[in-house]
Amino acid sequence: MQNIIDNANKEALEIIQNGQPTLIGLGIAGEVIPGMAKDLFLHAGPPISWNKMSGPLRGAVMAGVLYEGLASTPEEAAEYAASGKLHYDPCHHHDAVGPMAGVVTSKMPVWIVENKAYGNRAYCTLNEGLGKVMRMGAYGPEVIERLQWMEKVLYPVLKETIEIHGPIDLKVLIAQALQMGDEVHNRNKAATSLLIREIAPSIVKTSFSEADKVAVLEFLNSNDHTALNLSMPAAKATLEPAGEVKHSTIVYTMARNGTEFGIRVAGLGNRWFTAPAEIVDGLYFPGFSMKDANPDIGDSCITETLGLGGFSMATAPAIVQFVGGTPKDAVRYTTSMYEITTEESKSYKLPTMNFRGSPTGIDIRKVIESQTLPVINTGIASKEAGVGQVGAGVVHPPMACFEQALEAYVTLLDDEGLLEE
Amino acid sequence: MSVNDLFKKELKVVNMGLKSFYNDVKSQDVSAIQVNWKPKAGGKKKMMDLLGKLNKSN
Repeated sequence: MQNIIDNANKEALEIIQNGQPTLIGLGIAGEVIPGMAKDLFLHAGPPISWNKMSGPLRGAVMAGVLYEGLASTPEEAAEYAASGKLHYDPCHHHDAVGPMAGVVTSKMPVWIVENKAYGNRAYCTLNEGLGKVMRMGAYGPEVIERLQWMEKVLYPVLKETIEIHGPIDLKVLIAQALQMGDEVHNRNKAATSLLIREIAPSIVKTSFSEADKVAVLEFLNSNDHTALNLSMPAAKATLEPAGEVKHSTIVYTMARNGTEFGIRVAGLGNRWFTAPAEIVDGLYFPGFSMKDANPDIGDSCITETLGLGGFSMATAPAIVQFVGGTPKDAVRYTTSMYEITTEESKSYKLPTMNFRGSPTGIDIRKVIESQTLPVINTGIASKEAGVGQVGAGVVHPPMACFEQALEAYVTLLDDEGLLEE
Repeated sequence: MSVNDLFKKELKVVNMGLKSFYNDVKSQDVSAIQVNWKPKAGGKKKMMDLLGKLNKSN
């Protein structure tokens, strides 16, 4: 039996190592995301209904309703969201990913990333910046105005920019950012800088007014997380083909909807294994504490699923103060992740780990056997809709997700007659 | 070496298992390290049985 599993995992890891995530352009969600519709709102994490959504996810859905013009006040938006007129589905079911609440609506512009090695695509919205933003559950007028500006100005400028520039190899961009102190989940300063450096001349060459071009450059430059919304679809595009490898015990999705944490395992197809999401242990902004925190939320741990983010904390000592801890802790986090992964990345090298490749290919067997859970660093949203981010820290998936997956996997093999008596 | 000889020398303790042993030794200013070790699958019988089924080679 072990041979079948090891061979399957070898195949899955080959797919992951060979991935070539490439930014190929931008589009409007309703036009480019498979299965997208006007009455469909995508969200982070495993499937969830309106009545089970936490505060920040509800807030983001309300912002989406206001942005789409389906209601004109927050009260009306909440009523509309609960009315049954909207359908909800995970981003992950539509080749997409979304940070924090991860809400994607039909009108929203998205980055389009293609895995050139396998031809599959992944989509992600453009990052809104910090403060009161939709992804953290805020829905005030400034949130909606910013979303409208992103659609009317940022999107057309960036779309033409990438058409002028041509595709951008995200694997190379991420690999470089890892050498410069990013782990591309909570620290994206280097990746964002590299992106701006790469596309700035093409922005200047676009046909838009000087005021628009300046506004776009200032917006990108004001937000260190601009590149997060590229590292996420890059990770998604890289991992997705591995999710089709039969009998593999490799995790190809980890995601949270603010109520539940869910994982998907290659050999078990599209099935989610979920358990209640945990409260993040971290540092809170002045005036906030753990009692203000929403449980873990967002698709951004797709970066950890690929071996970046918390798995590559050692390479980003600057981030440890933000999420709580020391550089020594960061090395310890990364070192422990080699215990539950299968290979070291051939492309994503970590200078502070003597240039070892990042820990790649989470194996559910190793998680259970070693009782070592994946390390995720993450932002913390307020549990109240409309407030926004209240801190950042380190969190783990519930062990129950992995236990359920292992049990299902053994049952599957048993049903297929592959287990020896 | 007899046990009595051992205790005449400076002790360097490597502790596996319960951390309270490590804490007690450390509190007496004895050089000690705690090994980061857990029983396989945390000692959960059901999980050990499931892993055992997968570890059989064919």
